[in-house]
Amino acid sequence: MGELTMLMLSTRGLESRNLSGSSARMVMRVSEQHDRPKGLRAREAFLITDSNLPEGFGLYMAFAKDATALGGLPSQAKTMILPDELSYLADGDVLRLWTKNNEVRVLYRRNSFHNHFLLTERCNHYCLMCSQPPKNIDDGWIADDVLAAIPLIDPSAQEIGFTGGEPTLLGDDFFRILRTMKSYLPRTAVHILSNGRLFSSPEFAKRYADIRHFDAMIGIPVYSDVSTIHDYVVQSDGAFDETIRGILNLKHYGQKIEIRVVVHRQTYARLPQLAEFLARNLTFVDQIAFMGLEITGFTRANLESLWIDPVDYQQELYRAVSFLADSRMNVSIYNHQLCVLDERLWPFARKSISDWKNEYMPECLGCREKENCGGFFTSAKIRYSDHIRPFSFE
Amino acid sequence: VSKFQPLSAYQKSLVDGYQLLPFRFTALDGREYVLTNQAGEFIVMERSTLEALVRHRLPATNQFYDDLKSKHFIIDHDSSVAMDLLPLKVRTKLGRLADFTGLHLFVVSLRCEHSCPYCQVSRQSDNKLAFDMSVETAEKALALVFRSPSRGIKIEFQGGEPLLNFSLIRYIVERAEAWNLAERRDLQFVIATNLAVITDEILEFSRDHDILISTSLDGPADLHNANRPRPGNDSYERAIAGISRVRDAVGRDRVSALMTTTKLSLGRVREIIDEYVLQGFRSIFLRPMSPYGFAVKTKWFKAYDVDEWLEFYFAGLNYILELNRSGYSFTEFYAATILAKMLTPFEPGFVDLRSPAGIGIAAIVYNYAGDVYASDESRMLAEMGDKTFRIGNVHRDRYEDIMTSDALLGPIEESFAASVPMCSDCAFEPFCGADPVFHHATQGDVVGRKPISAFCTRNMAIFRRLITLMRDDDDVRRIFVRWANSRC
Repeated sequence: MGELTMLMLSTRGLESRNLSGSSARMVMRVSEQHDRPKGLRAREAFLITDSNLPEGFGLYMAFAKDATALGGLPSQAKTMILPDELSYLADGDVLRLWTKNNEVRVLYRRNSFHNHFLLTERCNHYCLMCSQPPKNIDDGWIADDVLAAIPLIDPSAQEIGFTGGEPTLLGDDFFRILRTMKSYLPRTAVHILSNGRLFSSPEFAKRYADIRHFDAMIGIPVYSDVSTIHDYVVQSDGAFDETIRGILNLKHYGQKIEIRVVVHRQTYARLPQLAEFLARNLTFVDQIAFMGLEITGFTRANLESLWIDPVDYQQELYRAVSFLADSRMNVSIYNHQLCVLDERLWPFARKSISDWKNEYMPECLGCREKENCGGFFTSAKIRYSDHIRPFSFE
Repeated sequence: VSKFQPLSAYQKSLVDGYQLLPFRFTALDGREYVLTNQAGEFIVMERSTLEALVRHRLPATNQFYDDLKSKHFIIDHDSSVAMDLLPLKVRTKLGRLADFTGLHLFVVSLRCEHSCPYCQVSRQSDNKLAFDMSVETAEKALALVFRSPSRGIKIEFQGGEPLLNFSLIRYIVERAEAWNLAERRDLQFVIATNLAVITDEILEFSRDHDILISTSLDGPADLHNANRPRPGNDSYERAIAGISRVRDAVGRDRVSALMTTTKLSLGRVREIIDEYVLQGFRSIFLRPMSPYGFAVKTKWFKAYDVDEWLEFYFAGLNYILELNRSGYSFTEFYAATILAKMLTPFEPGFVDLRSPAGIGIAAIVYNYAGDVYASDESRMLAEMGDKTFRIGNVHRDRYEDIMTSDALLGPIEESFAASVPMCSDCAFEPFCGADPVFHHATQGDVVGRKPISAFCTRNMAIFRRLITLMRDDDDVRRIFVRWANSRC
């Protein structure tokens, strides 16, 4: 309690053996099953927890404390010693290894409800508060890894998210990934974070709809009811029109849409007007989420023009949320702590921060509402509300 | 140099000015004007701002600029998506037109055991069976009902007192349900009854066929019984007992009540509303009297004028807002209907306040003897000897002939508010409706002269009041948003 530690999803293996002859990248499912069918073992990574070593796995992994067990393997076995940060790894997780430098990235954790794939770091926005600053690089290889990982995911997975960058920039690969999801994980819901601009082409929207996924939702940001402000926030002229047209096209084809509004100093003032705009023009969207600022990426560079204590925008947030709720729209508040939210807004607050970056502050010690509270992004230690306080047990 | 551009970089195109999208405006009160667009959105501003706006002199820095742009009153060079959204909104508002006739009224008997002096349907006394609908007529009428393309079909039994001919109600309900096995419409039934003659048999039938009961409740016992005389002078007692029996047998929300304002009601609006609260209702429809039937003959209709009614209505509205402010949700139906037009993207589809008029194409009446009328008011007028709005007969005419008759299409087209003198310029036209039957009855002309129209005076006053109330009080605005959405 109180100490902020973020779950490490990406790290380096401490030491490896026999990996040099392998392909540059390997996507593998983690196994802890000693009696795993032999036919599957060659493509999986066995996680060693005792001295009992089944034969035939494509890779053997151990934490430093168990590393001696690796000595019991045949000399040609591929092995890697993992740092303790990855101690949460478990059967059914999926990894990517860069064999050249021992880099390990956890792509999927079976025990988590928060599994996301970053599809590209490229983006046609340059948002003031981007948490994942875009890079103009050729990272098409990511899609190949995702396509390799999807068949390894537990088919009972509830939901998989796709983020970026802007996932739709993958073009053909974007659709290929969604079709692969439908083929291999037909019961898994899909949530895509997109700025929606490419869907302003009716053909692009139709290609998406034609996949006919049973439960796919696109989360699309709309930061203002006024084009100039939205375009400024996303640093792209003409973005507002394309995003709105994209939403209209997607709904024309009956697709599920979530509108996402990040609340900060440049957006809070017109939240009530934005709410009216959404209720009046985009009545048909499936849900609307108002999100607290994540103090990471570009937000740090722009912190002074973005930061506003959530306590100082409660009036605008309340007007917006109550208008949408009264208009029978499905509205939620993400990434806000209960002690800074107007109590009338509590029923709309969701615990939304992904588990691997979700923390609480020292002020939260002894708070009776902690179980119900969304808490903080790990990055919030840089700046958070002056009004965080525990609700005491009476 | 920052890699981020300032807001001003995205506002460069604003120096090129803006274009006006279609809107109308009118004085709201001594101080401000209201502007409305075709989709029913509105903005209130001072005259000087309005003048600057229409002269293209409103700077982008003005506090109203972004609101006007967001609500699609203006369009500038930065964004053209208004041209996609505004037509979509107008189309949504007009969407109900395509549904066509959903409400089908069957006057199964003109007989009634009440003798209300304000009776607008000119009821006949209890024993004259000639005023009952026959099975043959009902059968022919049902065939017409299912010719309507509407997915939702509501059959409402009217009178007189329709329960005096309950055997025919039973027949129609069962026949309609049989018919609907193949048609698969969203079929609903309503009985409009004073509840005085309701029986356990009727209650059980209503329960088994999911029939809604709509009754009359004019206020406290003395007022209700003075308005609604019957043998024994016990109309109130029977209505209250009936409401309770319907709730027990059919369901709490399966009974609703309507009130009619009489001279005796004036000054007693709080008591009337209290009576509705006491009886467990969550809404009331404060209705003025209509100029038809005995109400005209007995001069009850002329016993108060539109200004007296408005005073009554606004006093009631204020009292209802007090109830809501204190935390008790309670709705005034007529205000809620108008607010749905103002505050939601939808059209509530209330047959008495829409344009084109709802006559025939939203609601239609099959009268006891087989004549088809364009509205409930049309058959009321017919009992007074004026059959202007008789659009056919179930025994003689085909559906196609009835729905394309001049008696129907003429009044709809002529009274269409968007092209009627004065209405077409009126800022409140998006919230209003056309009532050709009322204007024919009061002025002998389906359009009528608006300055002397009580319909116009009444609605304009209500539009202004609702907008002013919202402008002046955020709490009222929130209450109104809830009311508006209760009607969608």
